[in-house]
Amino acid sequence: MRELSFDAVVIGGGAAGMAAALELEARGHAVAIVEREERLGGILAQCVHNGFGLIEFDEELTGPEFAERFEEKVGARPIKVLCGCTVLSLEAEGQDKVVSCVSSAEGVIALRSRAVVLAMGCRERNRGNIRIPGSRPAGVYTAGLAQRLVNVEGYVPGKDVVIIGSGDIGLIMARRMSWIGCKVHAVVEILPYPSGLTRNIVQCLRDFGIPLYLSHLTTEIYGRDRVEGVEVAPIENGALMTAKAFRIPCDTVLLSVGLVPENELSRTAGVTINPMTSGPWADSSLMTSVSGVFACGNVLHVHDLVDFVVEESRRAGAFAAAWLAGARPGREVRVKAGSNVRYVAPARVEAGRDNKLYLRTMIVKNDALLEVKLDGKVLLSSKKNHVQPSEMITLKLGKAELAGAAELPDASIEISIL
Amino acid sequence: MEGTYDVAIIGAGVCGANIARRLSAYELDVALLDKEADVSFGVSKANSGIVHGGFHHNKKYLKARLEIQGAMMFDRLKAELDFPFVRCGIVVVALHEDEIRAVEQLYAQGVENGAIGIEMCSRERMLELEPSLSRDALGGLYAPGGGIVEPYRFVFSLVESAAKNGVRLLTGWEASGAIREGEAWSLRASDGRSLRARYVVNCAGLYADEVSRIFGAEDYAIKGRKGEYYLLDKLTRAKPGRVVFPVPTSVSKGMLIVPTVEGTVLLGPTASAIDDKGDAATTKEQLETILRSARNMIPDISETDVITSFAGIRSILGEDYYIDASAKVPGFIQVAGIQSPGLTASPAIGEYVKDLLKKAGLVLVEKADWDPCVAKLPRAKDLSPFELDALVAEDPAYGEIVCRCERVTEAEIVAAIRRGHTTLDGIKYFTRAQMGRCQGGFCTYKILKILMRETGMSWDRITKHGRESTVLRGEL
Repeated sequence: MRELSFDAVVIGGGAAGMAAALELEARGHAVAIVEREERLGGILAQCVHNGFGLIEFDEELTGPEFAERFEEKVGARPIKVLCGCTVLSLEAEGQDKVVSCVSSAEGVIALRSRAVVLAMGCRERNRGNIRIPGSRPAGVYTAGLAQRLVNVEGYVPGKDVVIIGSGDIGLIMARRMSWIGCKVHAVVEILPYPSGLTRNIVQCLRDFGIPLYLSHLTTEIYGRDRVEGVEVAPIENGALMTAKAFRIPCDTVLLSVGLVPENELSRTAGVTINPMTSGPWADSSLMTSVSGVFACGNVLHVHDLVDFVVEESRRAGAFAAAWLAGARPGREVRVKAGSNVRYVAPARVEAGRDNKLYLRTMIVKNDALLEVKLDGKVLLSSKKNHVQPSEMITLKLGKAELAGAAELPDASIEISIL
Repeated sequence: MEGTYDVAIIGAGVCGANIARRLSAYELDVALLDKEADVSFGVSKANSGIVHGGFHHNKKYLKARLEIQGAMMFDRLKAELDFPFVRCGIVVVALHEDEIRAVEQLYAQGVENGAIGIEMCSRERMLELEPSLSRDALGGLYAPGGGIVEPYRFVFSLVESAAKNGVRLLTGWEASGAIREGEAWSLRASDGRSLRARYVVNCAGLYADEVSRIFGAEDYAIKGRKGEYYLLDKLTRAKPGRVVFPVPTSVSKGMLIVPTVEGTVLLGPTASAIDDKGDAATTKEQLETILRSARNMIPDISETDVITSFAGIRSILGEDYYIDASAKVPGFIQVAGIQSPGLTASPAIGEYVKDLLKKAGLVLVEKADWDPCVAKLPRAKDLSPFELDALVAEDPAYGEIVCRCERVTEAEIVAAIRRGHTTLDGIKYFTRAQMGRCQGGFCTYKILKILMRETGMSWDRITKHGRESTVLRGEL
């Protein structure tokens, strides 16, 4: 069993991992990226639609194009890339972290480092997670699996499709399946509003005449060997109207019912998890509860856009580099999710510098107000034309705004959407 | 015509597999037939996977006697065959005063049945054994001899052992006709295949009644009773160390909390009578019942830990098993109505049926070269980093993790395929790939590719579980 040493090891070679690794390397640290697939890029490889990179590159790229740009940057730097290599465990050994991983080419290798950046991304919630009753025939897939089959493997998973959940991957797949000649009969969403981005509702459903059933629950999947259909019932005033249930025949069900940060490795390494995000609790420098272990991208919380993932991951890389150089966070202030806010990531800010936060609201509202309070006193408030749960909100808290916080013991900041 | 056999066993579930393996020790030509694409795809694949503790049934029943005998055979079977089995013990939890009375009766029955180590537990002892139990527990019973087993793996291993010793496995073989010709049966399958056998053993599970009718043997009706289950993630906080039973009702042993050998937690089963024996659909109402019942015993059980739900169907005939030579036709052994504790009893059923065949005139001559053991397949998730490293050096496919949730390597997928498990479900049951928290979201396409490469099957022939369960519907 070989052992290799680095300053930092980045787990996951998608957009988040590559962005963090580049930042660490740029600050003079020896970095390795461990990626389980055969090449870098993560899930971007199967996202052949465009819409990536508007913020990062100021142009519209496809997923593979976006990934390639980062892959080239990584390739141009002395970053050790281990592809086809799956991490088996992450353990702390004194001041060091040891990442054990396996690949067919190298066998099991131990990577020793002082810092680790978690960038494993997320996985799709599946049928079991949302407990749709019924039979268990072939033809039930997560939208991401269907996307892989169509875009990379070149297979059609089914011809008559119902999509459960209106998450972005489901919407993208509604359009994709229509393009390859399949009939998408419906998108069924339990909530009264769509879970995906508005632009995807327009471009992927309306433009194709695909019906969107809001406030509808899928009550059964039926079919013995292959899916034969789904039963759907409306929810009115919070009650399931079983008397109004109807069936939609189909041979395929695609599930787009949310994403979950993939933190099993983090959990077994002792990282504590925020139940609201399913990602690690992170301090103002995106460091988890385990000293020297940082997290960024969809493993920290699920982002809407890869551009946001990259932005956050750069910060994580820079924070990890600073930590390696001996810097430690100064006075930290706790950030709480206030009214109508699901979560804020990270849940700490540092008083002595500018901070960037991402948050998600729980409501759909026009002319909303984002309000930041420090110990009950309004620090700042800003107008938002429109807020909805599927669209992440960015917030900057500057050094100046936090000046007052430095003096208060046990101060806390509360962020609300009103 | 697919040959002439001494014995044809209809149904490759846990009973048929045990009988086939037992008979494989003798100089006999044996055929094991199943209508499904793989073995264990009927009743045997979806049940609680319990080796029972020998206290639930009175010895006056054949099923209780076979349960006690069968339970004792598992240690040796595990040593010979490569399947997951742990004698983790069973507790029965009483939450009310009158349940304590019922537990006392179970205890007395267990003692009468010779259940080793069975004991009554105070509340304190109960909570010491299982700290996750509800504070409302009043006491209960502990049977250390009870255990847990992965039922499909058990069947796979038995069939592998039987095949190694000469038993011929024929899948997709649905018996549709039988005629007695001289001293043998001539059997026909629905796809036109046929074979001859001097003796036939009917282990057709839910469909034993139909098979009996085909042979002109006894007329009876097997009823289906559905049991629904929830499966919880390995990282659930609510994992007991032993199987947790409620106090049984007159209909069933109740809904259990089972720490599976592979580390997940199984909740269930419910019990509802069904008309259509193929109806393995889960229902909202029953699934809610499971969570309610399980939380009564272990309050920490959380819906967020659920990774999947499924249903199994028990084959119900009467109060006891019907295992006997047919009184109506010659050379025909009935093994019917094998409900709980069928899995536990199954090794003893193998012995029992072997004896019935002998009584019916089958001559049993032991093979000199019978090999009871199957080769143990290394599984990446059970290996230390050093062991895995050494294995990758021998076979690089052990370095390719295909299923991240259950840590299954390409080498294990290939091993499953080479053992004849060529459906997605067959591969799942053999390797656990697709069985974890992502339920195949990440690995299914990889398995499809390996399956096509290893078997030469084209994309349109790949199925989830045989028949019409095709996975792909077109190519771009």
